[in-house]
Amino acid sequence: MHELSIANSIINIVLDEIKTKNLGEVKAIGLKIGAISGIFPDALEFGFDAIKLETVLCKTKLEIEVIPIAGKCINCSKSFEVRELVFSCPHCQSTSIKMEQGEELDITYMEIAEELEVEDG
Amino acid sequence: MTTTIKLEKKVLSENDKLAAEIRDELTKNKVAALNFVSSPGSGKTSLLEKTLQALRSEMKIGMVAGDVQTENDAKRLISAGGEKIKPIVTGGSCHLDAKMVSKVLPEIDSSDLDLFIIENVGNLVCPSSYDLGEDMKVVLISVTEGDDKPLKYPSMFRRSSVMVINKIDMLELCDFSLETVKKNALQINGDLKIFELSCRTGEGLEEWYDWLKELVKGKREA
Ligand SMILES: Nc1nc2c(ncn2[C@@H]2O[C@H](COP(=O)(O)OP(=O)(O)OP(=O)(O)O)[C@@H](O)[C@H]2O)c(=O)[nH]1
Ligand SMILES: [Mg+2]
Ligand SMILES: [Zn+2]
Repeated sequence: MHELSIANSIINIVLDEIKTKNLGEVKAIGLKIGAISGIFPDALEFGFDAIKLETVLCKTKLEIEVIPIAGKCINCSKSFEVRELVFSCPHCQSTSIKMEQGEELDITYMEIAEELEVEDG
Repeated sequence: MTTTIKLEKKVLSENDKLAAEIRDELTKNKVAALNFVSSPGSGKTSLLEKTLQALRSEMKIGMVAGDVQTENDAKRLISAGGEKIKPIVTGGSCHLDAKMVSKVLPEIDSSDLDLFIIENVGNLVCPSSYDLGEDMKVVLISVTEGDDKPLKYPSMFRRSSVMVINKIDMLELCDFSLETVKKNALQINGDLKIFELSCRTGEGLEEWYDWLKELVKGKREA
């Protein structure tokens, strides 16, 4: 299960951001995961929840957006969504296609808790 | 109250950076590089043993053999006549990453190689995410595994450039259709180059060797 390694990479990247940008508590981490990235969102959340406990991200949650697979036909230049794992152009049947999305494994945002202003008096 | 900070960062950017360094080194030295992936037991080491025996007199071949626990595969490759063989024991990890490869690469010295092959850990899911600096992934599937595997593990077949169907000597013993597996694989990746062979009988191996020779020649002249 490589989702553990992936969770570990996510934590390292976020800890790094916290340090360099001097950020407060991270409430959530936004991820884009392509449908053919080879990463399973449930397994990733499971792995993340297990190893976050030993870090300052122990209360952080993942917000995962699954990106459907889409390609562009090299033959007829039309873009299309890849459905049911059929990787060929629905317009001209060519199998020579360029992937446009669906392979992502990206961190897209971090949600940071704002420190409450301490009121005087 | 919360604020949102935008970030566009690939989770595996560290790995990809190291992989790019490996690729640069291999390209500079004109070494063709393959990453062998499959389920456990499809015959990766068997095909590499055959390849060493057949081609080591005409090209310099380096290999790393990734394994979760043992160094058995590296030992087999050395017995098959390999001179530049290094094991990578992952200690539990289900895949190789670029860091593990870049650590052993200096011991193999790619400046003196024509062909570099990485045998990944037997696993059809996890290794697909990790670029190791190879020119292409070669996915093996054996006839005992079932002809629906490309549909069950699409990310691996999509990211591979070559599919080797191994153990065709066992076709009669299994409900495995060559036609179906090829159809399924090409549905996922129409550009796949396909070989059908048996490491046991030797059938189909000549085509594989010829292709490797062309690959090495192409890289040398690039
Ligand atoms: N009948 C038959 N058996 C084969 C063939 N190729 C390999 N085998 C057998 O399949 C078994 C596994 O082969 P390996 O080469 O160790 O497979 P592998 O993919 O390297 O295995 P892991 O590294 O453990 O994932 C061995 O017992 C081989 O002898 C073949 O073409 N035909
Ligand atoms: Mg092996
Ligand atoms: Zn088209």
